Amino acid sequence: MAFDYDKYIRPGKLPHIWCPGCGHGIVMKGLIRAIDTLGLQKDNTAIVSGIGCASRLPGYMDFCTLHTAHGRAAAFATGVKMAKPEMNVILVGGDGDGTAIGGNHFIHACRRNIDMTYIIMNNNIYGMTGGQFSPCTPTGAKASTTVYGNPDPAFDVAKLAIGAGATFVARGTAYHATQIDKLIAEAIQHKGFSVVEILDDCPTTYGRRNKFKSVIEMMNRLKDIAVPVKAAEKMTAEQLEGKILTGVLYKEERPNYTDEYAKVIERAKK
Amino acid sequence: MAKKVAFLQGNEAAAQGALYAGCTFFGGYPITPSTEVAEVMSVELPKIGGKFIQMEDEIGAMASVIGASLTGAKVLTATSGPGLSLKQELIGYACIAETPCVIVNVMRGGPSTGMPTGPSQSDVMCAKWGTHGDHPAICLTPASVQELFEETVRAFNLAEKYRTPVMVMPDEIVAHMRERIVFPEPGELEVINRTAPSVSPAEYKPYDTSFGDVPPLAAFGSGYRFHVTGLNKGQDGFPTTKAAWVQAEEERQVRKVDANIDDIVQFEEYELADAEVAIVAYGSTSRSARFAVNEARKQGIKAGLFRIKTFWPFPEKQIAALAGKVKAFITPEMNLGMCTGEVKRCAEGKAAVHGIFRVDGEPINPGQILEKIKEVK
Repeated sequence: MAFDYDKYIRPGKLPHIWCPGCGHGIVMKGLIRAIDTLGLQKDNTAIVSGIGCASRLPGYMDFCTLHTAHGRAAAFATGVKMAKPEMNVILVGGDGDGTAIGGNHFIHACRRNIDMTYIIMNNNIYGMTGGQFSPCTPTGAKASTTVYGNPDPAFDVAKLAIGAGATFVARGTAYHATQIDKLIAEAIQHKGFSVVEILDDCPTTYGRRNKFKSVIEMMNRLKDIAVPVKAAEKMTAEQLEGKILTGVLYKEERPNYTDEYAKVIERAKK
Repeated sequence: MAKKVAFLQGNEAAAQGALYAGCTFFGGYPITPSTEVAEVMSVELPKIGGKFIQMEDEIGAMASVIGASLTGAKVLTATSGPGLSLKQELIGYACIAETPCVIVNVMRGGPSTGMPTGPSQSDVMCAKWGTHGDHPAICLTPASVQELFEETVRAFNLAEKYRTPVMVMPDEIVAHMRERIVFPEPGELEVINRTAPSVSPAEYKPYDTSFGDVPPLAAFGSGYRFHVTGLNKGQDGFPTTKAAWVQAEEERQVRKVDANIDDIVQFEEYELADAEVAIVAYGSTSRSARFAVNEARKQGIKAGLFRIKTFWPFPEKQIAALAGKVKAFITPEMNLGMCTGEVKRCAEGKAAVHGIFRVDGEPINPGQILEKIKEVK
């Protein structure tokens, strides 16, 4: 029997705002399957986002949903989680939202290792505002504000998260749709701050400017550059040139923030 | 039993007031001269199972309290000048998403870094106009340590009652002075909690105006699932660009305060019955003003004091009425004429308005005010 996504979608809230060929819907379906696999209760799960195309996701989902201000999802979510640690808190958003204007909140959520899961849909561009370059736009790429080619180097979101102290970091792509739910489910199950970067595509504002002839070409690129971490172990540096590792990139057990704060409460009450 | 009496600093009293009001969450960022509020909350909140978090920046602090408030907690943040500027975007978010929260902003010199340890009253306009767009504003300006405690309790009540952010804005003198404070007994001061929904989760809409201008607010994690956004929204909480809905919601948000001015505005009238010169003052400056009024009366000058306790909404009606009775207003303040402009607006030319402005980090002393009284009487 086909999977029943409607169980988790708010009645009357579709169609979504995403363009044809955008990968965000693939990620949303992956998130729904992960939630279903884990049996998370709708009443006890908050989905929090910032601003941008990807950040419109919570509005479609039948949970406690919080569409915050640009870049601030992690900070709002931290308040939710601290005040009600028993809730599952899932953050979603794009690369510009999460790593530029929200970069500070992102790295500090990693550092605190607060038990939340952050799904970053990285399509290398500010899509909603019409295609300006983001901190994840590759050097040399074209955007509406880099018509002569992007002079900026790009962030590696996963390395940034690991460096800042996130204890679970995974990467998937919108092409590898059936892997997304597994990565997200494992991330949610992980006790601590988990980051799942999904390499995504924006045919409308990135693809057209950067000589991708079709969505299929953009998707094929994701297929071509992705190398599972296990496979990469057997590959040479030369073979890995231009490739991106996918799968669970980092995992570590470390005390999480709300558990640690519970100990603060115990000490204060003595 | 004798009441508990203490010798307390203003900022400490604000924190104690918050706890009295039932605050269980504080999110903050260190900034002079408000940091003691955070320090006290970090000590006291975990003792009662509450949560204190020091966030990565002022914006994050504001975000954390809004997030926590949506789970049903009573929330506080504290800041000062530059921090208030940084918080403005999310103060607007709390206004449009109608999320109760209290912000203690200790006024120091500005703009920018200004004079971090010097007193000022130059944030009062920022309290009303700081965030973009039309929005309600409530701002309280206490003048003593005791009042800072009580007004913080009232700020929580107003935030919860009207589902909106409320600012408590002591100047640095009030926030850092130490005075005797008599703690109210539990139950002595009114404590208001937000109205919880009376309908089932299936029927619940977060901005359902069939319950009036202040719709009940459910808590995340309590069985009610709803959407919160900073976009213009309909009564169901979902984004809309439908013109009639947006207009109605915007007007209602502002009306929550505008239609309840008499419930919100508090002030003190001192020696005003026969006054020919009325001083309009707030915060620590009002204490110098009271002293000056007493001195003027000793010298046979009919001076009085209108002390603003609620700066926003501004006591327009009261100032307008006074303007018909007095010859002149004197408006001493530690800025270059913010309250003065409001008094002029309300006086509509019926009485002269003479400002005394200080932005040099020094308080306005009674002598300065007395001199002006003699000059304009």
